[in-house]
Amino acid sequence: MTTDLRTQPAPAPTTQRVPRPTTTVRTRLGSAFAMFRNRKSITGLVILGFFVLVAAFADVLAPYSPTQVDNTARFQPPSAEHWLGTTHLGEDVLSQVIHGTRGVIVVGFLAAIIATVIAVVIGVIAGYLRGWRSESLSALTNVFLVIPGLPLIIIVASLFDDPPLIVIAAVLGLTGWAWGARVLRAQTMSLRNRDFVQAARANGEPLRRIIGMEMLPNLMALIAASFVGTVTAAILALTTLSYIGVIPVNTYNWGTILNWASAQGAFRQNQWWWFLPPGLCIAAIGVALSLINFGIDEYVNPRLRSAGERARAMKKRGLDVNDAVTAVRTTTKDDA
Amino acid sequence: MTAVQPQPPVQDGVEVGTTATTAVKGHSRVPWRFLTGRAAFYLFTLWAAITINFFLPRMMKGDAVDQYLSRNRNVSPEAADALRALLGLDTDKSLLQQYVDYWALLLRGDLGVSLLHGLRPVTEVISQALPWTVGLVGFATVVSFAIGTIGGAVVGWRRGSRLDGLIPVTTFLSTIPYFWLGLLAIALFSVNLGWFPIGKAYGVGMTPQWSAEFIGQVIHHGTLPAATIVIASLGGWMLGMRNMMLTVLDEDYVMVAQAKGMPNRRVLWRYAARNAVLPQIQSFALSIGFIVGGTIVMEMVFSYPGVGKLLLDATNAKDYALMQGVFLVITLSVLVANILADVAYAFLDPRTRQTEA
Repeated sequence: MTTDLRTQPAPAPTTQRVPRPTTTVRTRLGSAFAMFRNRKSITGLVILGFFVLVAAFADVLAPYSPTQVDNTARFQPPSAEHWLGTTHLGEDVLSQVIHGTRGVIVVGFLAAIIATVIAVVIGVIAGYLRGWRSESLSALTNVFLVIPGLPLIIIVASLFDDPPLIVIAAVLGLTGWAWGARVLRAQTMSLRNRDFVQAARANGEPLRRIIGMEMLPNLMALIAASFVGTVTAAILALTTLSYIGVIPVNTYNWGTILNWASAQGAFRQNQWWWFLPPGLCIAAIGVALSLINFGIDEYVNPRLRSAGERARAMKKRGLDVNDAVTAVRTTTKDDA
Repeated sequence: MTAVQPQPPVQDGVEVGTTATTAVKGHSRVPWRFLTGRAAFYLFTLWAAITINFFLPRMMKGDAVDQYLSRNRNVSPEAADALRALLGLDTDKSLLQQYVDYWALLLRGDLGVSLLHGLRPVTEVISQALPWTVGLVGFATVVSFAIGTIGGAVVGWRRGSRLDGLIPVTTFLSTIPYFWLGLLAIALFSVNLGWFPIGKAYGVGMTPQWSAEFIGQVIHHGTLPAATIVIASLGGWMLGMRNMMLTVLDEDYVMVAQAKGMPNRRVLWRYAARNAVLPQIQSFALSIGFIVGGTIVMEMVFSYPGVGKLLLDATNAKDYALMQGVFLVITLSVLVANILADVAYAFLDPRTRQTEA
């Protein structure tokens, strides 16, 4: 019955217009970045790039040292000398925010790299192997998924008196890989039985070639999505831990600025220049990362994009997408 | 591994391949292999969590009793030793022996005593904090799930309309760090406007009781924390439901339903949303598990007397027994929620009963 509907000329062109990325079997490095070629991803990447540049050139950009105490200018609202005002010790908030970017970016990316490498190795191996080895890797993944992350991080971070950023990144990475591994395992299991992988195996290609050249290009979008997701999670966890005070307050990141602001009562005395900028920076990075992920989502699942576009196009012609009768008539007139 | 059951050709006199077979099968057959697989996994996870829980304080620097002594100076060395023995911290036992003892105590429901709370049993301390967390965060999670899912269904249905603009807004709200949102809410509504009290679960000088005044206090104090949780978590529910709706609305059965001339409302809720909500329900079951442990930050910002604050205080004071107890309760609730998610999914989606490994 449904095939009868399909063979009519009306809906067929609309379904074929949707690109099918999974069918591009021999994708190589060039097209591996196709998922970023849309407006949402590019906007996100530009915002993220801005913060990376700020982190790299913090020493040049910051007008003052983040810890330079000035007792004559305490709790100053924004002015020409201090664009974002000063703290309770007369430190320049703008300089603190700029220097704080470094910790956030470094920990976020380092944790995400660690987590993604573990997720890819465990996920792909668990997906490719069969039997008890696959099952036990999957069980390991599930254990890490189930064990609550933030409480564990708080407990582990308190093992160290003065944890360096690398240790924090490692802890965040080691507790944050499980979700990516689970998604990758499922996708690898589905890829394993596709014709092109079977063909490569029949050709006698070595395992590393099958995984590296045949499977990984098809997993790139998922790997990128899980990387971006882990960066977001790591940045939120880092700032939260810094705010709670688990991470020592002498390493500057946006969370420690908020810790000081909160401890000195900035929130109760309306010193908005002190507590608004760091929070907005975290939100900006979060938005940038979720824009990148929206772009990847729409690349992986084109319906997410085409549904809105199609509905808007129909609306332009004065039609309602949910009005079934009219919809069929007009698509026939227009597309056939 | 696939847990597909070998299907006998004829079952209870019903022919194979008819809908009657599936109906009979659905009621009479228990997917034992699937069930034992899940049970083994949960037992393994439970063991792993308890073992991690055992080793954590033994890896930590500093000693609970030292911390206790620095807070209470008039404790004699003999009393300190007695305390160590009481807390199971005397090191003359082997690690294995300690591990066995730990299990024995655990199975008896004995989680030790809390140094931070005047040597009261940990179970008592936790059971006092638990209702606050479960009540407030549970309520907020249900509200957020309901609004987000219904809203996401409507946004997905009216794709391409102005409602699409809601998604970036709710996503923005869920990317800002929760503690900052909470602090802003306090600064705005408690300090400047004075509408809500700052933190705590009820006013100073009140004792918990079932009176209208006390309940009013609890609602008044809980509004701000609950509202911020809803705002922060709405985006995820909405985005997930909307994305599933867009996928489901492209399915043939939705088109058939519309072609039959069914009212839009029926197509939306009975056909599209009903199928799109499946992954949402699974994540809802999972999020029940994070009710207990996921709100440490909320409880810190609003100084709410719940489980998360207990864990933070215990970690800072190196009150290991309490810390272990809270971590155990958090892990257990996540495990129970996972089991719920599995059961709910197996009921709602028969395919998982057959293919899930």
